[in-house]
Amino acid sequence: MASVAEPEAKADLDAFREEVRAFLAENFPPELRGKNNILSSVEEAGEESPAEKAWRLAMGEKGWGTPTWPKEYGGGGLTKKQARALEEEMAKVGAWNPIGGMGVMMLGPTLLEFASEEQKHEHIPPICKGEIRWCQGYSEPNAGSDLANLQTMAEDKGDHYLVNGQKTWTSGGQWADKCFCLVRTSRADKHKGISFLLIDMHAPGVEVKPIKMISGMSPFCETFFTDVQVPKENLVGEEGQGWTIGKKLLQHERTNLSGGGALAALNSQPLGKVAERYIGLDENGKLADAELRVKIADFEMRWNAFLLTARRAMEESKAQGGVSEISSILKKAGTKLGQERAELMIAIQGYRGLGWEGEGFEQKELDGTRAWLFGKATTIYGGSTEIQNNIIAKRILGMLDHQ
Amino acid sequence: MAVLNDEQEMLRDMAREWTKNEHPVGAWRKVRDAGEPFDADAWSAMAEMGWAGIIIPEEHGGSDFGWMSLGLVVEELGKSLAASPLIASALAASAIVLGGSDEQKAEYLPRLASGELIGTLAFDEGPRHIGLKASAGVHDGRLTGTKAFVHEASRAGLFVVLASDGVYLVEQGQGVTLSSRALADMRDHAEIDFNDAPAQKLAAGGDDLAQKILDRARVLTAAEMLGMCQAVFDTTLDYLKQRVQFNQVLSSFQALQHRMADLYSELEMTRSAVEGGLQALDSGFAVTEAAMLAKTRANDALHLISKEGIQLHGGIGMTDEYNVGFYLKRARVLEAAWGASSHLRDLYATTKGY
Repeated sequence: MASVAEPEAKADLDAFREEVRAFLAENFPPELRGKNNILSSVEEAGEESPAEKAWRLAMGEKGWGTPTWPKEYGGGGLTKKQARALEEEMAKVGAWNPIGGMGVMMLGPTLLEFASEEQKHEHIPPICKGEIRWCQGYSEPNAGSDLANLQTMAEDKGDHYLVNGQKTWTSGGQWADKCFCLVRTSRADKHKGISFLLIDMHAPGVEVKPIKMISGMSPFCETFFTDVQVPKENLVGEEGQGWTIGKKLLQHERTNLSGGGALAALNSQPLGKVAERYIGLDENGKLADAELRVKIADFEMRWNAFLLTARRAMEESKAQGGVSEISSILKKAGTKLGQERAELMIAIQGYRGLGWEGEGFEQKELDGTRAWLFGKATTIYGGSTEIQNNIIAKRILGMLDHQ
Repeated sequence: MAVLNDEQEMLRDMAREWTKNEHPVGAWRKVRDAGEPFDADAWSAMAEMGWAGIIIPEEHGGSDFGWMSLGLVVEELGKSLAASPLIASALAASAIVLGGSDEQKAEYLPRLASGELIGTLAFDEGPRHIGLKASAGVHDGRLTGTKAFVHEASRAGLFVVLASDGVYLVEQGQGVTLSSRALADMRDHAEIDFNDAPAQKLAAGGDDLAQKILDRARVLTAAEMLGMCQAVFDTTLDYLKQRVQFNQVLSSFQALQHRMADLYSELEMTRSAVEGGLQALDSGFAVTEAAMLAKTRANDALHLISKEGIQLHGGIGMTDEYNVGFYLKRARVLEAAWGASSHLRDLYATTKGY
């Protein structure tokens, strides 16, 4: 493939844009313009409307939901420039990518790197088409930040593994078809006893219980495995290679959690404007609450510095051809700012910022309450802020392992 | 670090090598002990390397490399606390580039570019920067008023003075009296009394000339502060990796690791804001907002890092023999320059209409 010159010439790219525009005109249902809910993939899988289904199928068929993945596994096979052009053309008409979830964000890239040819052909195309929902079986009641302490056992039974144990914080577990799991195949070594296994969530012995959160929603589940038989061909990599594969997958997770993309979208309404509406201005044209005014200005400026940093991390990574060191601070900084913003929204809106349900509130206000509560998880999941600090100290700053 | 072009990389490497080899913090210590405003030989060397003319057009003897380039040099000088009139003089030059007549440019810019003439801004009239307000007035080409805490004043031959009706050039000499003001940073500050001093207006810059100069002052000062942040952070990290207590190096203690991770995060976000300010000056896009952001982030980050730098060094950080105290003292002076964070946040909110 390297011998084929990438069709980067402007004329080729223009022709590609033409193709995209024609495809969008024919396939993107106009009633879905701008309807993409950025939180939907983490929070809830609602019923798919006929238009949404048609759009998912069309994009899945093209492979454009996973634009840069290889064509042979169902991806779009596009160059980076083409993928960017696709994104731009979609944005112009208010179209959005209907193919997402953990299969795309985390598992796919990991399978491309570690899976066998057979596994790639079996598992990647359904991800590209958005046919299979994946969930992540990592955390356990006694394996959170200390993930390698996990105890779910996969016992070798010749042609299959017999899996017993409990996972928790399984995002979207109640809607998932399959689960990529870290399991213990040996008790001899904490890290080298871990393997990476793909488990069918519909198999006998799998039980899922949603956990009701402080936000009132249940985006996470407890997942119980009782004598679940998992075929040996569902082992990715070698036995004992799970920790290496699992950590690599977490890098994809962090990149996705930290980019600031979702947060930037949430920040579309400048706080100053919101405050003007709820608090009003005094005779000098300043917000009538002097302390909040300063806090908002402080937040907005730090937020802008964060956005500049996210952009710089991207530019540096591109220029260096590897992940820039400052990417390590994005999750920690972005999640902290997101939480600060949610708290400021409540301070600005008073009781209306705490509306739970029913009459007397705008939908935006009700959503804000849930987002504020859900947002408390962001500094805990995906490697808590404390774990991020350990990573920065050890890997970036070269400080020694602590006790 | 922003992605740089070849010219900028060369300039930065040159500045980095020079400060490391020729002008480390020890050089500043000597200057301080001698009671000098700066090392005259070092200033000549900087001028010879062309640094005084980086933002001056080629036709007037500069290199016109732009603000990002100048910012890179200033950051390196900030790391070693190199005392020099570089920033002050570049800001004075930028005022003439922006608002000077052809005659004024021809008269002053070549001498500022060569370092032979030192210029500085004389805007504020009190101990706190409160915006572009001045009571100094000009009648019949003579300026009268008092300017407080003017940086790099003692060797300056040219003052760029904010008056009630615009920005003026006043040469050192007739009607100009300096009284030096020793601040904790031991650098060159003075109160200047102008009494019917001959003044020429910078008339070509438009109504927002003073604001444009102020934007540049904020960004360039922030670049110096960024260098100081980086130096204190690096020095502190090195120290934590060497100092042993309880039979362990301090860098193995998690309480200290997490504090350093926080400082690293602040440092990097400040770098983005400062580089954003320099890029805005070069592109001319949304400059005033970018400048407020750069200075505010630099203020807050340097405040934190200089304070933590002392604490993390422990007792040795309190000694005059050790360098980290220099940064703390210089930090507070620069935090006050061209707008403390409280002033800038108020200004930012007003700019945004709330």
